[in-house]
Amino acid sequence: MAEIIGGITTSHIPAVGNAISDGLTQEHYWKRFFDGYQPVHQWLEEKKPDLIIVVYNDHGLNFFLDKVPTFAIGCADAYQNADEGWGLKPTAPFDGDAEFSWHVAESLINQEFDMCTCQEMLVDHGFVNPMRVLFGDHEVWPIKAIPLAVNTVQHPLPSARRCYKLGQALKVAIDSYPEDMKVVIAGTGGMSHQLQGERAGMINVDYDLECIESIINDPDWFADQSTDHIMEQAGTEGIETIMWMVMRGALGEKVNCLHKHYHAPISNTGAGVLLLEGGA
Amino acid sequence: MVWKKHDYEDIPGSYVFDGKIAHSAYAMNKLFYSFNDESCREEFNADPAAYCDKFGLTDEQKALVVKQDFLGVLRSGANIYYMAKFAIPRGVSVQDAGAAFQGITGDEFREKLLEKREGLEERLKKEGGYWNG
Repeated sequence: MAEIIGGITTSHIPAVGNAISDGLTQEHYWKRFFDGYQPVHQWLEEKKPDLIIVVYNDHGLNFFLDKVPTFAIGCADAYQNADEGWGLKPTAPFDGDAEFSWHVAESLINQEFDMCTCQEMLVDHGFVNPMRVLFGDHEVWPIKAIPLAVNTVQHPLPSARRCYKLGQALKVAIDSYPEDMKVVIAGTGGMSHQLQGERAGMINVDYDLECIESIINDPDWFADQSTDHIMEQAGTEGIETIMWMVMRGALGEKVNCLHKHYHAPISNTGAGVLLLEGGA
Repeated sequence: MVWKKHDYEDIPGSYVFDGKIAHSAYAMNKLFYSFNDESCREEFNADPAAYCDKFGLTDEQKALVVKQDFLGVLRSGANIYYMAKFAIPRGVSVQDAGAAFQGITGDEFREKLLEKREGLEERLKKEGGYWNG
């Protein structure tokens, strides 16, 4: 049977990908941020998961504002990265697992999460940068990957509670897949940041650290917060941290925290790295 | 026909991209979205005003786009991620756009952000359990 062996959180901002491409990861500005992934790299090397589900938001590559699914899952054999308008060279394509995806989609829909199923899905920096920061650059990626997109761009958005419940349903879906397979869930984005408006540039370290503690030990604290409250505390784009709750919900009630790291600022954001395993 | 008021409209210095804004700025965001395609970028560059007309921008939005007034474009409803497709290739970063809202330079904006790092490691040590190299 398939099994979720752990959950990871990571930033997905464009600057992270640029720093990797430009060879800046050991420069002073970036070093502490990138070094914070070392324990995660060791864990991935040791556990060798077969598949990763990357929970992220699309920023106007695959989805335009004409159709904005609240939750969408890739159900294809492969996923392409593409030019987001900045002319960057796309990464190598990512192998998916269509049979697994369709099983997960069916299970989620049976559990009343009405997913948008995507047989073609371009993946943008929100998906690609977590893959690059976790696995390095590859012509053939060492793990199968499935995109799970959450709308955090055009309001109304799903609540933190709804994301948490989606994660719980995702666990039911994965646990019932008949093939032996080690699965990791990555919750990406966040933490506090605001890109526009007179309040642009705000970072709320206190709130970020409270969110980290909640996501480890007391997910109901974060799940109970309204979208308005999270935006007020974490910034309009800081709402992305709700996607960590999908990962958290998929790990079960208690978790063991193997690694926690926080750094600010990375570009405009507070950046948190967590490595969690389901616990007793 | 009325747009319902939301509590998030009262968050100071913030513009929440919701149905009301997405509806009024749909054509402009669609124009920026087209920039994912290099041939569209070239078509825009050849005749920006004609390209705006093709997408049906209002006269006001068209003027902002043609002037490359990134702050004006954001104020008139461009989504920040779509605006980035217009601004970044023209040497204006998302941080520069954020700075413009406060009337400061991009460098000043980045300096203010760097202040967040002061005392961070000590703070995390006190918090406990954080990896620190």
